[in-house]
Amino acid sequence: MAFFQMKKMILAWTFRKPVTTSYPFEPRKICPGSRGRLDVKISECIFCTICDKRCPTQALDVDKVNKKWRIDRLRCISCGYCVEVCPKKCLLLTGDHGIPTVTKEMETF
Amino acid sequence: MGQRTIIPFGPQHPVLPEPIHIDLVVEDEKVIEAVPSIGFIHRGLERLVEKKDFVEFVYVAERICGICSFIHGQTYCQGIEEIMKLEIPSRAKYLRTIWGELSRIHSHLLWLGLMADAFGFESLFMHSWRVREQVLDLIEATTGGRVIFGSCKVGGARRDITPEQMTWLLKQLEVVEKEMHLIVDVFMNDSSVKHRLCGVGVISKADAISLGAVGPTLRASGVADDMRLLKYAAFGELDFEPISRTEGDSYGRCAVRCAELFQSVDLIRQAAAKIPAGEIAVKVTGTPSGEFFSRVEQPRGEVVYYIKGNGTKNLTRFRARTPTFANVPPLVKMLGGCELADVPVLVLTIDPCISCTER
Amino acid sequence: MIDEQTIIDVMPETLVAETRKLCEQGYRLVQICATRLGEELQMDYSFDLNRKFVNFRFLLPKLGGRVPSITGVFFCAFTYENEISDLFGVQVEGNALDFKGNFYTTAMKHPFIQDAVPASVPAPAKPGVQ
Ligand code: SF4
Ligand code: SF4
Repeated sequence: MAFFQMKKMILAWTFRKPVTTSYPFEPRKICPGSRGRLDVKISECIFCTICDKRCPTQALDVDKVNKKWRIDRLRCISCGYCVEVCPKKCLLLTGDHGIPTVTKEMETF
Repeated sequence: MGQRTIIPFGPQHPVLPEPIHIDLVVEDEKVIEAVPSIGFIHRGLERLVEKKDFVEFVYVAERICGICSFIHGQTYCQGIEEIMKLEIPSRAKYLRTIWGELSRIHSHLLWLGLMADAFGFESLFMHSWRVREQVLDLIEATTGGRVIFGSCKVGGARRDITPEQMTWLLKQLEVVEKEMHLIVDVFMNDSSVKHRLCGVGVISKADAISLGAVGPTLRASGVADDMRLLKYAAFGELDFEPISRTEGDSYGRCAVRCAELFQSVDLIRQAAAKIPAGEIAVKVTGTPSGEFFSRVEQPRGEVVYYIKGNGTKNLTRFRARTPTFANVPPLVKMLGGCELADVPVLVLTIDPCISCTER
Repeated sequence: MIDEQTIIDVMPETLVAETRKLCEQGYRLVQICATRLGEELQMDYSFDLNRKFVNFRFLLPKLGGRVPSITGVFFCAFTYENEISDLFGVQVEGNALDFKGNFYTTAMKHPFIQDAVPASVPAPAKPGVQ
């Protein structure tokens, strides 16, 4: 039984820099391989609509006729399923997690 | 005899930001009886299988709970693989084991923090979560997600851990282990912590069994039952002995979780040493037809999935019984006869996760 | 097979007696669940002793099914029994802690035996279409 077992740890941390950062002034360090925003290289896309059909949250809407590729960022769960199934490998999950938004909009490419 | 009063606890309560409601019948400062009610956020996820196909449903299963998300996905995948008689590659099994244990470490650290918060030890809470943050970084680097791993799929794993990452992971784990020793030392030996936990909410061995307790709640009462002994994933090839204590009180439950932290680190080391090279997934063809009760050990205890497929791409029935659901009756038993001031501590000792309880 | 699972057919009338036998052998209750199979409900009562899994099964009609409560043997069954009575409309007789249909707050009564999503709940539309 010890009284105030934590004293050493508390003393040590009194003289250390805080581990928290002052977000948003200092952006978070993103570790490689993190699944963030979905990015599309639209010039390589052949509008096959496979990603549209497979997306589990119906976040994508690909128009074959008008050659439009649209995404609802608020629906996307960054699962990466579309990245796996795309035949042209033109989809990519970037480490960037995007900025906050106040409107519900589709982003069109 | 004092006058009886009914005090409502929750669904919004400072100690636990989760919607459980308990009616506490108190006499002076003693709780005589507790009547739980849950069901504020029933989401009906079990019926979503009729809309989503069985491969996509992994993403839903992972989102049943935000803390044991990976193990939910793993349980689901194992169930489907068992029905479809898929033999997944050995490397995938090891990967699942490593991620499963990482998620156990992060969940137990989260719990230790919340527990410290419940008995009013704020700095201990902060430090537990600081260490947890380092574990989350390990998870993010290897799977891409911090709490929703998304790295398990029917037929194997979706990502691989490269040898360099593995070396780095083991090195980081050493740092984390050292920090965990400091924190666990406070939980196990500090007099004020012991004063709040020892002898509070005792559940006897017989009660634990008849009330259907699972996980650390069961093991703290002297029953060394752990679903990892079923040898799913790679546990058959690892050296593993469930941890149990005989106290049956809050201190025992805390001690079981503390010891499991280091056990998980050890299991990850063993798995990293033994992991074979090779494929990480097999191709899935066909649809599941049959039924299986899939049981896996989560940080909070045993989770049971009942999966029934009828040969179409949508399952007939998916049923999840999460560990907290099984731990509600033991909680009711603990609350009867306790001091009113101990209620927050007792509610937290079962590691409640109400949102996954209600699916 | 990672897990040997024994499934035993019982009758609702003998359920309590059979359960008591397992209880005396030291089994613990794992879960109770109902599954809708067309016009019938399949009831599953699962027990476990040292990771030996035993499951009792019987069928009930979809509407108006009645089962005896096993809370007399395993008190912890009250959560599961309230759950099946709320979601499936199965009448449980003699539940020691009966919430009388208030265990879960659901928008409709007995959602798990309804056929399809009612028209009042719109199906999720394709983004951009709405
Ligand atoms: S799957 Fe790839 S190629 Fe096909 S529409 Fe989507 S992004 Fe374009
Ligand atoms: S990452 Fe997942 S949710 Fe997002 S668009 Fe691709 S498939 Fe859909």
